[in-house]
Amino acid sequence: MLVSKHCMTPDNRFTRLLAFVLATASLLPAQQTPLAVVGAHVIPISGPEFDNGVLVVEGGKIVSVGPARSTKIPDNAQRIDASGKILMPGLIDSHSHIGSPAGGDGSAPIQPDVRVLDSINVRDAHIQKAQAGGITTANVMPGSGHLLSGQTVYLKLKDGRTIEDLLIHLADGRIAGGMKMANGTNSRRQPPFPGTRAKSAALVREQYVKAEEYRDKIRKAGGDTSKMPPRDLNMEALVEVLDGKRVVQFHTHRHDDILTVLRLANEFHFKVVLHHVSDAWMVADQIAAAHVPVSLIVIDSPGGKIEAKDVSFASGAVLEKAGVLVGFHTDDSITDSRLFMRSAALAVRAGMSREKALYGVTMANARILELQDRIGSLEPGKDADFILLSGDPLSVYTHVLETWVEGVRVFDRSDPKDYLYAVGGYGASHDQDDMNFDDEEKEER
Amino acid sequence: MRRTRFVLACLACASTAFLEAQLAIRGDKVYTMSGPPIADGVVLVRGSKIERVGRASEISIPSDYKLLRAKVVTPGLVDAHSTVGLTGYLNQPHDQDMLEKSAPIQPELRAIDAYDGRDRLVGYIRGFGVTTIHTGHGPGALISGQTMIAKTAYDNVERATMVPLAMVAATLGEGARAETGKSPGTRAKMIAMLREEFIKAQEYSRKREKPATEKEKDKDKDKEPPARDLRTEMTARMLKGEVPLLVTVHRANDILSTIRLGQEFHLKIVLDGVAEAYLVLPEIKASGYPVILHPTMYRSGGETENLSMTTAAKLRDAGIPFALESGFEDYVPKTRVILFEAAIAAANGLSFEEALATITASAARIIGVWDRVGSLDAGKDGDLALYDGDPFEYTTHCTGVVIDGQVVSTAQN
Repeated sequence: MLVSKHCMTPDNRFTRLLAFVLATASLLPAQQTPLAVVGAHVIPISGPEFDNGVLVVEGGKIVSVGPARSTKIPDNAQRIDASGKILMPGLIDSHSHIGSPAGGDGSAPIQPDVRVLDSINVRDAHIQKAQAGGITTANVMPGSGHLLSGQTVYLKLKDGRTIEDLLIHLADGRIAGGMKMANGTNSRRQPPFPGTRAKSAALVREQYVKAEEYRDKIRKAGGDTSKMPPRDLNMEALVEVLDGKRVVQFHTHRHDDILTVLRLANEFHFKVVLHHVSDAWMVADQIAAAHVPVSLIVIDSPGGKIEAKDVSFASGAVLEKAGVLVGFHTDDSITDSRLFMRSAALAVRAGMSREKALYGVTMANARILELQDRIGSLEPGKDADFILLSGDPLSVYTHVLETWVEGVRVFDRSDPKDYLYAVGGYGASHDQDDMNFDDEEKEER
Repeated sequence: MRRTRFVLACLACASTAFLEAQLAIRGDKVYTMSGPPIADGVVLVRGSKIERVGRASEISIPSDYKLLRAKVVTPGLVDAHSTVGLTGYLNQPHDQDMLEKSAPIQPELRAIDAYDGRDRLVGYIRGFGVTTIHTGHGPGALISGQTMIAKTAYDNVERATMVPLAMVAATLGEGARAETGKSPGTRAKMIAMLREEFIKAQEYSRKREKPATEKEKDKDKDKEPPARDLRTEMTARMLKGEVPLLVTVHRANDILSTIRLGQEFHLKIVLDGVAEAYLVLPEIKASGYPVILHPTMYRSGGETENLSMTTAAKLRDAGIPFALESGFEDYVPKTRVILFEAAIAAANGLSFEEALATITASAARIIGVWDRVGSLDAGKDGDLALYDGDPFEYTTHCTGVVIDGQVVSTAQN
């Protein structure tokens, strides 16, 4: 079976275009016998931390989580002793470029038809390194050199052989992902790219106006195929944005550019997340008033580009105070996925609360990716994506010891192969040929 | 008259006292870096120099000394290799002075003619405790120019400069490759060009400095000594061992080429970057060359694809003297902060004090300013960094910075 049946509904044209990439049931080994992680200090994110916890996992999902005294462990469960360790949800990176993704080319500034999933190399060592950093889900995006560089994809960082192994399928059969947009200087280039900020906004508005008209034609057709407009991949993707099915993940830095994003989102009623947002601290109240989430980057020093001249560790604290939903991202390779927790910790250094900082690398990003019902916290029914740490998550001396995705361990620091990705060394940047599977797992296939 | 003299004398005393900062810095833990850490220690600073260091129980703090307190006190941090002051924070053509691309070999370019002490990044790193930087021309040309050593406290280059000529910066490998059709285009050509340059300098020195014998005079009777040539003059100074050659190099084979070159011309070499150092530790050790290691969080890719966060620990194990650097960044972050880089080294095999040494004592020794900075000892410059906890922890703040006896920062960074 090459195509998921969900996508064959004839009138669901917007998902049909994605159909050919949908795979059969995953070829990856699934976790079968129940698993119980016992003895760890648990940071569930969904509630207060507690000691001596138990996490029970079955079929890739969390069955139960709680203190040992009140949490039942199935008799047949495989136990993992995690005493002395910290257990928390797998980290979610709301903006990454692992897997050597590429989106739109130099032909046009706005290319909504382009899907980054068609470019990703799942054997890229950066995916292994992200696992070593405790990242279990990442929004992999095309770059910021376009006003709109294409569709992003939310990946589960399994040890996959094909991109299908890593995709997240939504209830309606669509593949989870957002739409990457950018403003400011990166997308200002030689024609046909815009030369000014006003032109940038005008080009974007022009396309969204077209998309609104396209959507109106579809609505008027009322299901009558003879009255439908001709298929247009660009318009179909933008209609997904207008319909709120695809969140715009918007690269923006300067305070006025941030307000331009809010203005566009207000005009076309699209869902948007502000990314990087160097000047966020200057316009925190406006961001809060618009009820728009922020995905922050934390950079070791200001500058490097004009728009980042005022970037500050304090943005997280200022936005928290203003009541904004704050997630963090690596923008890997701008910052290193293996040190993702460091971004949250540096925000705490500048005044953000520990609670919101940890929320920012887990649940906030789940909400930013609209996957809050599946991932982001340790709660029964959610995906069994979790990590074991050697110590406090905000300490520099702490290492990620294990990373689990849907009940399968994808990183184990005590395994020399995995350790290589965790610290680097000869061959740590090479593409993987055998994808790091254990030998027995290979034999199963 | 006597009275007037007395008043004048008093005024002089008063003004001296006013100008001369007198500080007492008391720390729950004072890392002197020249001995074991002192629990509840005190550092007295008089004028621009450290006056005394010891246990609080043994030092009575004079009442006119301004008291600063911190959980942890360290020497002012020393960045063993940076380009801050030449690579401005905006990263636009107008503020990038670390690389002149008109020729592959330009050792005559002085860092002091380019250093901008007002650049925001100077103040930025100072806020985390960095008080001394070895900065200057960057990687990107076979020989890109000179480096200097500066204190981060001063806008004015003359005031900031500790050492106007510290080293000459060179690059081997991809970074030195010229555009198509120009030299050097290959690694072998890079070494050939450097060898030619040093041989030319040998000749230049011989002709300019050695008095010719009668026979030679006769032979060269119509020839004047060669005209003064800034470029060759500098190369000649390297040959004499007066100026070290700082070679940014990453691949193992390029590291070996650097050692081969250094041995042929008896150069003082400092190996810089060295992502693959762990592949050639015995050779580096045997060369006697010190290492300034790439930032622990440096991006892996291209020539640095094999770098490791554990290289610092391996250099330690091999007994090779080394320091950490912020290095050169051509994008964001425009500079790294050595405090943060040492922290990651401490989390990956170095002990706390070993990691701190890479950004204090070892750094000062390798760049040749150990007599002035890098440890808390009487007589050394009054450069200190104050922290409200373990300086390497992400959530600790730098709460004070003192340079040359002046408090230059009390912000919480």
